[in-house]
Amino acid sequence: MARLQLRNLEKDYGGFKAVHGINLEVADGEFMVLVGPSGCAKSTTLRMIAGLERVTGGEIRIGDSLVNDKAPGERGIAMVFQNYALYPHMKVRKNLSFGLRLKRRPKEEIEQATHDVSNILEIGDYLERLPKQLSGGQAQRVAVGRALIKKPQVFLFDEPLSNLDAKLRASMRVRITDLHKQLKADGLQSTVVYVTHDQTEAMTMGDRICVMKEGRIMQVADPVKLYNRPANAFVAGFIGSPEMNLIDSKLDGRSLKIGGKVLELDDEMLSRLQPRGTDVTLGVRPQHFAVVGVDVANALDGRVSHVEFMGHEVYLYIRVEGQQVIAVVPANHYDRGKINGDAIRLAPQAGSAHLFDRASGENISLSNQA
Amino acid sequence: MADHVITTNLADDSEAARILQAQRRRHIIGATIRYGILFAVGLIMLYPLIWLVGASFKTNSEIFAGPGFIPDSPTIAGYVQGWQTSTPYTFGRFFWNTFLIVIPKIIGTAISCTAVAYGFARFDFPGKKILFASLIATLLLPNVVTRIPQYLLFRDLGWLDSFLPLWVPSAFAGDAFFVFMLVQFLRAIPRDMEEAARVDGASTWQVLVFIVVPLLTPALISVCLFQFMWTMNDFLGPLIYISSVDKFPVSLALKLSIDTTEAFEWNRILAMSVLTILPALTVFFVAQKYFIEGISAGGVKG
Repeated sequence: MARLQLRNLEKDYGGFKAVHGINLEVADGEFMVLVGPSGCAKSTTLRMIAGLERVTGGEIRIGDSLVNDKAPGERGIAMVFQNYALYPHMKVRKNLSFGLRLKRRPKEEIEQATHDVSNILEIGDYLERLPKQLSGGQAQRVAVGRALIKKPQVFLFDEPLSNLDAKLRASMRVRITDLHKQLKADGLQSTVVYVTHDQTEAMTMGDRICVMKEGRIMQVADPVKLYNRPANAFVAGFIGSPEMNLIDSKLDGRSLKIGGKVLELDDEMLSRLQPRGTDVTLGVRPQHFAVVGVDVANALDGRVSHVEFMGHEVYLYIRVEGQQVIAVVPANHYDRGKINGDAIRLAPQAGSAHLFDRASGENISLSNQA
Repeated sequence: MADHVITTNLADDSEAARILQAQRRRHIIGATIRYGILFAVGLIMLYPLIWLVGASFKTNSEIFAGPGFIPDSPTIAGYVQGWQTSTPYTFGRFFWNTFLIVIPKIIGTAISCTAVAYGFARFDFPGKKILFASLIATLLLPNVVTRIPQYLLFRDLGWLDSFLPLWVPSAFAGDAFFVFMLVQFLRAIPRDMEEAARVDGASTWQVLVFIVVPLLTPALISVCLFQFMWTMNDFLGPLIYISSVDKFPVSLALKLSIDTTEAFEWNRILAMSVLTILPALTVFFVAQKYFIEGISAGGVKG
């Protein structure tokens, strides 16, 4: 069992608290992504799991054993670093087998393991090369191989793709996800903790995603739930691209006041609303705005300030009551006559809008049902 | 506007060619002057060395005859007689003594300074700042200040007239300069490789031996070279601590031939001087590439 548990985990850098007692449980074989903006302590958390940072409070358990005070090499983990961290003076073969050689494993076993791993990652042709003779993608594969060869209980990835160009990043994303599935299918240890700041990576790779901010966990959920039912305004704004529109408004009974405009709330929204105060934030994803004509009553008027044509869709930047709003419309729905300064009317699609309490940021429009 | 430019160009084709030629001429003249000056200054700097080599093949009477360095009647008498020395020992003995000091000193320096630098560069421990500050402070301290206390200390240890005072302090990272140099070099190396090794299960010492030392190699070669040259050239140290002739290193042995001979046999002294600088020169040229790489610390390839 390669379950990973963090209990009230804290990191205190002599007065500055980077991690505020977080609790997280990663199930056996799960692909958990830690995501958040820079400075949210996701890397610090990962480094504490790896044993590279000292834990100042709480517990880390891998499998069933407490590993707080164990050396990194004894925790049953393997880590892939952002800048590969290959040993520059060793050939790829030696890089892969370094950990096994330290453990004084028999030669045949090392040979076999190197062979297996290089087959899986297709790096067999580079075994006799030095790291400086590898491209970024090859080096990253070797770094993954160095983790794989150890057959660890938990794999740790620290932003492994951020040094690669966009195209390579997409293909490595698929490769790592496939690798995880294959390990799982083969019945091998395959628990993964993956740190990234890129929400696309998080959404596409994670079984579950843990969104962090300033050393606290904002929400842990699978990608679909995270996207459709964000627990708070931060998660709502962080997940999804372009980001969700968060519009300051006032709740007034059955209606919402946005500047001078009034938006009636429909029954569906009212049924899931658990209001706390009148100061709220309306959250609507850019994809959930429809451009409508004057005949639709419940809509927001605005003026187009900027247009981005993306091919299959168009991003419209719109000023609504002094606030910037983005709407994404399919390119074939887009009237090319609409240009900067033109008036436009937007209606949030029913059932897809969220309301957040302004003070706490919490989502108050989640019905109690899961 | 564009038309105007084109027509001007066509009209001034010959003018352009003339300007190009003038530029080329200026370039040649400039290069000649530049290299002329460099060559002249280089020659002035190197002339004593060239003269030394030339004069070592001259007869004793010819040495002071003129400033030229090409001997009229080349002879190796200086080398033959110089090697015999006026003592019961040949110069080979003195070379051997030098290496008995140099070799343990270099090995000791390389090992101890690496360990100390690794500690300062990579670990936090109580009093680190004060310790590092005092290390730097010893760099600023003139050597002469510590000569007498050191002499008394080594006398009480019974180490006088032995090689021990000459290399033991260095083998305990006594040369602050080298520690400082390695610390600076280490600071420029990212820690990721060491962290990866720790995750791979390496202990602190294994990280040092398998990862840090290979990364430090260029700097370590410089340290060894510096130590080699400085020890070869050290005169004061052996002069203070070594009194028996059979333990003299070459630097003292050279002085010996000046002292004991009534009429100075300059060609012998010069011949032995040439032999004395040979090892340092050879080592320097062989390891020049690493040497420069090491001094330009921070030149770490990503």
